[in-house]
Amino acid sequence: MQDLNRTSIADRSTAFGLRMLTKAGGLPILQNSDTRKRVEKLLYRSTKEGFRSATVATKTFNRVTTNGSGPARAKTAKPKVQFDLTPTDDQQMIQEAARELASVVLRPAAEKADHERKVSDEVKAQAAELGLVLIGVPDELGGIAEERSAVTAVLAIEALAHGDMGQAAALMAPAAVATAISQYGDAGQQKTFLPAFTEAEEAPSAALALHEPQPLFDPLAPRTTGKLSGDTITLDGVKALVADADNAALFIVGALIDGEARLVIVEAGTDGLFVEPDAAMGVRATNAGRLIMKGVSVPKENLLGTAEDHLDAVRRARLAWAAAAVGAGQAALDQLIPYVKERQAFGEPIAYRQAVAFTISDIAIELEGLRLAVLRAASRLDRGLDASKQISHARQLAVTHGAQIGSHAVQLLGGHGYVKEYPNERWYRDLRGAGVLEGTLLV
Amino acid sequence: MIDLEVPKKFIPLIKQARTVAEEVMWPIARKYDLAEHAYPTELDLLSGVIDGLDDSGTGTGAGATGASQTTEPAGHLGDGKKAPEATGGVRNGTNMSSALSIMETCRGDVGLTLSLPRQGLGNAAIAAVATPEQKKRYDAKWASMAITEPEAGSDAAAIRTTAIKDGDEYVLNGEKIYVTAGERCDLVVVWASLDLSLGRAAIKSFVVERSNPGLTLERLEHKLGIRASDTAAFRLSDCRVPASDLLGDPEIRTETGFGGAMQTFDNTRPMVAAMAVGLTRACLDLTTKLLKAEGVVADPDRPAHVQSAAAARLLQMEADYEAAYLLTLRAAWMADNAKPNSVEASMAKAKAGRTCVSVAFQCVELCGATGYSERELLEKWARDGKILDIFEGTQQIQLLVIARRLLDLSSSQLR
Repeated sequence: MQDLNRTSIADRSTAFGLRMLTKAGGLPILQNSDTRKRVEKLLYRSTKEGFRSATVATKTFNRVTTNGSGPARAKTAKPKVQFDLTPTDDQQMIQEAARELASVVLRPAAEKADHERKVSDEVKAQAAELGLVLIGVPDELGGIAEERSAVTAVLAIEALAHGDMGQAAALMAPAAVATAISQYGDAGQQKTFLPAFTEAEEAPSAALALHEPQPLFDPLAPRTTGKLSGDTITLDGVKALVADADNAALFIVGALIDGEARLVIVEAGTDGLFVEPDAAMGVRATNAGRLIMKGVSVPKENLLGTAEDHLDAVRRARLAWAAAAVGAGQAALDQLIPYVKERQAFGEPIAYRQAVAFTISDIAIELEGLRLAVLRAASRLDRGLDASKQISHARQLAVTHGAQIGSHAVQLLGGHGYVKEYPNERWYRDLRGAGVLEGTLLV
Repeated sequence: MIDLEVPKKFIPLIKQARTVAEEVMWPIARKYDLAEHAYPTELDLLSGVIDGLDDSGTGTGAGATGASQTTEPAGHLGDGKKAPEATGGVRNGTNMSSALSIMETCRGDVGLTLSLPRQGLGNAAIAAVATPEQKKRYDAKWASMAITEPEAGSDAAAIRTTAIKDGDEYVLNGEKIYVTAGERCDLVVVWASLDLSLGRAAIKSFVVERSNPGLTLERLEHKLGIRASDTAAFRLSDCRVPASDLLGDPEIRTETGFGGAMQTFDNTRPMVAAMAVGLTRACLDLTTKLLKAEGVVADPDRPAHVQSAAAARLLQMEADYEAAYLLTLRAAWMADNAKPNSVEASMAKAKAGRTCVSVAFQCVELCGATGYSERELLEKWARDGKILDIFEGTQQIQLLVIARRLLDLSSSQLR
């Protein structure tokens, strides 16, 4: 079964690239030459080299000092006045591309990625073609973002998670770091750390490490501490469920510094930095690990952004996970609908029973509610409005209803839902995670 | 472009409706809860304001009249003018503005909103299916809706009221119950069957003058809540109505079946959802205020589990409110843009209905004696809210509608 999968992924991967081009080329929106240029950039990025993750400490970041030039930021989208649920042409294009990647590449590889706790090189290569890692990095810094858009990011994450939440999270984890550096970083930090993502042949594995192991964890009150003294920050603490911790070249960690939760850039290979495996219930393709910091010293210049930026990152990470829950929830609903109509019991399809049919309705209602809450929060971010409450709503809906959808997805299949014959048990595990995890993703 | 904020042009309307809710409705809400069946005369003064809103150029009403079928393609405004380029061919019209103003007035009081003259659900039915000539004839009349019968509630296809053609008239016979604003209205929209043997396809709606001698008011119900709104029971005995008062298509078309009559619901369900959203907002606003006085404030940025149990409850209730609110606006937005919205209307109704009952009950619980006592409106809202998960299709009916559509099953397969 797994051998079969492997061949088919390789085959499909080639097919996918071609289909993408054909499909995208046929879209009427590509008549516009500006859009076409962006699409081309998106499609042809880094196809010459296969994607390989950098190994710990082999990646070096040469510090760049800037003489007073300010950091570049992606522009935020312009406010419009209409209530509208129609994505822009650009967003539809990115959505299409992400959906194609999800269905053709991620879904078939999901079981194996979950089992082996890694994303295969073939899948990484296909994902790299789309350049999604640079979705939050502005043009001038070598990224693909014309306008910074949380809406675009949630649409992309939702589409990817429809294929597989685990691989989606793994693939988008470096994007969170690239986005954080371009959004919160000063010019020096941007010039030091971004080229590895935008220019290098091997884009590095990287992780936004906010979570910690203790129960009742609150990212605004991390136990990890950073002591400022002279030109260095000394970090002590443990970060939990850090994406690809043993391969990542770069971490952004949350730490309490002078009583405030802040973001600090930490390069792999720094003295006092240790990694332990931290496999979890779900979202396993991220190859999560614990990052243990014992007297880790980094230069003061590695302090990223302000306390407000840390809070912004916490919020945007939660919104990203809620978007992932929408994708996985929709995947479950899409599978359940034909299943309950085919599955017979007591001489008729189980869908004919209200107990089953009403569960389908409940899934659909709560899923749509979650989706709209995510979109509203994202659109407020894009407008530059305060979105703290809306993000809290999206998070809370993912915590309760998102997880409930995962539970329903197993329950409606009964015993079949509990065995690995179907993806439902994986959706159950992944959907629990979407309302629990902090950090890792960013919109 | 995806944006889920209230459009600026509706802000004045919302503010006006909010003022009505807080300045007019809150002060008299308890009075008419206690004085069931008494006519809230204060609302007569209000109807001037409401009509003013109607004519204010936003083209919106404070009640259900705004719910109307948009048949023109998106990109064209109601008056035939092309939509400005900036809107991207999307319109925010009367369904949305009605939903928004209903949310505000029901944050004031659901019973009083249902008693607003000329804003009945019958008006919504007329707006949805009447011909232009009929619309003109019924203009500025208050219309109620008579569907339910003693033996036919959710199963509207089982109604026994008959309408027999006799020359230029139809002769109606039967019994109707649960007619909201039935005593006070000018017109009653009655569902009746042209031929009982032909099932749901033969069901048509008729506009009956309240003064028609064949229409007798039997009684007014005593209810759990929404007591400011009268709920009437009627008998139709050889009640003769002109043939021109049949709404929509007079032919029995078995192939389209129930569609004609049922399409009213696509427009009215988002409005009832809006009522539930408004009532939920009222409960949450008051509870948030009362809990704040006790030192409980929910922090949206901290995980719920590190906050007090009451604060965590507020966070969860606000989240469910948000889902109900957005589902409602989406259903209205689709109606404004001529997108088929049956499923979305039912989703909004189902989510808003259960959220308002659950939130109202929890708010009573959190506020304890103050919540349960008649000194505050929380206990009343908890009673009022229950109807919103029942009328215009119960929670269970909404789940049926949604499931049948998603699963593509007929009513004989999924019963």
